[in-house]
Amino acid sequence: MSAALLAPEADDDRPLLTVSGLTKYYGERPGCLDVGFDLHPGEVLAIVGESGSGKSTLLSLLACRLAPTRGTIRYRMRNGAMRDVMSLTEAERRLLMRTDWGFVHQDAAQGLRMRVSAGANVGERLMALGQRHYGDIRAQAKDWLQRVEIDTDRIDDPPRSFSGGMRQRLQIARNLVTAPRLVLMDEPTGGLDVSVQARLLDLLRGLVADLGLAVVIVTHDLAVARLVSHRLMVMRQGSVIETGLTDQVLDDPREPYTQLLVSSVLQV
Amino acid sequence: MTPPATLLNVDRVGKSFTMHLQGGALLPVVQDVSFDVAAGECVVLGGPSGAGKSSLLKIVYGNYRCDSGSVMVRDGEDTIDVAAASPRRMIRLRRTRLAYVSQFLRVIPRVSAIDIVVQAAVEFGLPEDEGRRRARDLLTRLNVPEQLWSLAPATFSGGEQQRINIARGFVADHDVLLLDEPTASLDAVNRAAVVDLILTKKRRGTALLGIFHDEDVRDRVADRVVDVTRFSAAA
Repeated sequence: MSAALLAPEADDDRPLLTVSGLTKYYGERPGCLDVGFDLHPGEVLAIVGESGSGKSTLLSLLACRLAPTRGTIRYRMRNGAMRDVMSLTEAERRLLMRTDWGFVHQDAAQGLRMRVSAGANVGERLMALGQRHYGDIRAQAKDWLQRVEIDTDRIDDPPRSFSGGMRQRLQIARNLVTAPRLVLMDEPTGGLDVSVQARLLDLLRGLVADLGLAVVIVTHDLAVARLVSHRLMVMRQGSVIETGLTDQVLDDPREPYTQLLVSSVLQV
Repeated sequence: MTPPATLLNVDRVGKSFTMHLQGGALLPVVQDVSFDVAAGECVVLGGPSGAGKSSLLKIVYGNYRCDSGSVMVRDGEDTIDVAAASPRRMIRLRRTRLAYVSQFLRVIPRVSAIDIVVQAAVEFGLPEDEGRRRARDLLTRLNVPEQLWSLAPATFSGGEQQRINIARGFVADHDVLLLDEPTASLDAVNRAAVVDLILTKKRRGTALLGIFHDEDVRDRVADRVVDVTRFSAAA
């Protein structure tokens, strides 16, 4: 791995991502209203809320899949310069998304190419970075399959033949192979069996800590938020209504809606 | 000789819960709480159940917010107010200065007992091999059978989980250690082991603040008892 791809210093005092005033209207209806936050390397921010709260809209805006009505998303590039992501050229932005950012979809089929091999799925982003040496790419793919606990014998199999949990782990490998600094995740454990969820969460937490990743994770599952995130934002009707340390917001929720969310979780 | 430094200062802290789901009922917890804990000292929170001891501990850790007052924790040359610090600053304070041993172990299901302890050491900043050495030593001192070390603690007994939790809290060198009934589900032998660990921390200059229902344990570790009933907001 080249030096430029090494994980950043987790203690870096400057934010990696600065979001301010982010707003999106669908016609008259607000999808996301005046959302702002800073995210530093090594921080995991969970966004929780029910369906329709605006958390998915926010993630789509962050991923530049939707254009905001107003607001800015500023990102610290590898050369240290803070850039407005919207002002990047299309080519610059695409390179950023393919290399320095990752996106993990709830449905792995959306984030993988289901008919090509697992190895090619992982290798594709390396090729986008200009790597051409087949042996190197395959070796890195193999290494990543191991890190996400997929048997390397399956390297030539397409993800179509994988279980849901394996597909999700492959999607994570595909995203992390380029050593991104920011990863956006949309309900990454949604739709998985509970035992598979636990394995994925454990894996995610280990990788985030080892690589010093900054993560924004959208989830409706407060238990997932508690296990993986440092900070929490609660969204309702497009707005952030409460934010803070994850354990503080969950154990001492202030807003009526947050109290309702927390008290609605089934205890086991 | 200079007196030991104050590592924790709680000043006029007040806290109540507003229960929005119960018509906005106000549930007072504590008011006007003030006390200090110095390096090498173990202060015990006393008072009956419901007096607000656990809540107070959670306020000091930043797990509960407080409505008024300040909770100052020494951070090297700085002093950080837990009641006002940003989440990011709190995360750093908890990693390097302020640790909390809760009554229950809450971890991701698959991680082995020893790795839970090692991870706590590594998060604090110790090298992994040093963390592992300390973890082995602590689990041995706490009489956790070695065949359990490589297993995830989900299926352990309450007392075994509690000891993993204690090992996790004691493995690093945080300056301030908060203990919420660490000996509650332990037998006499293991209570004695925990007392030893606490006395070792005191000798090394750690400031400890704890809740101990067991009188014998309390008598052996406490330098002072702060009676929480006099801060009880309900009174």
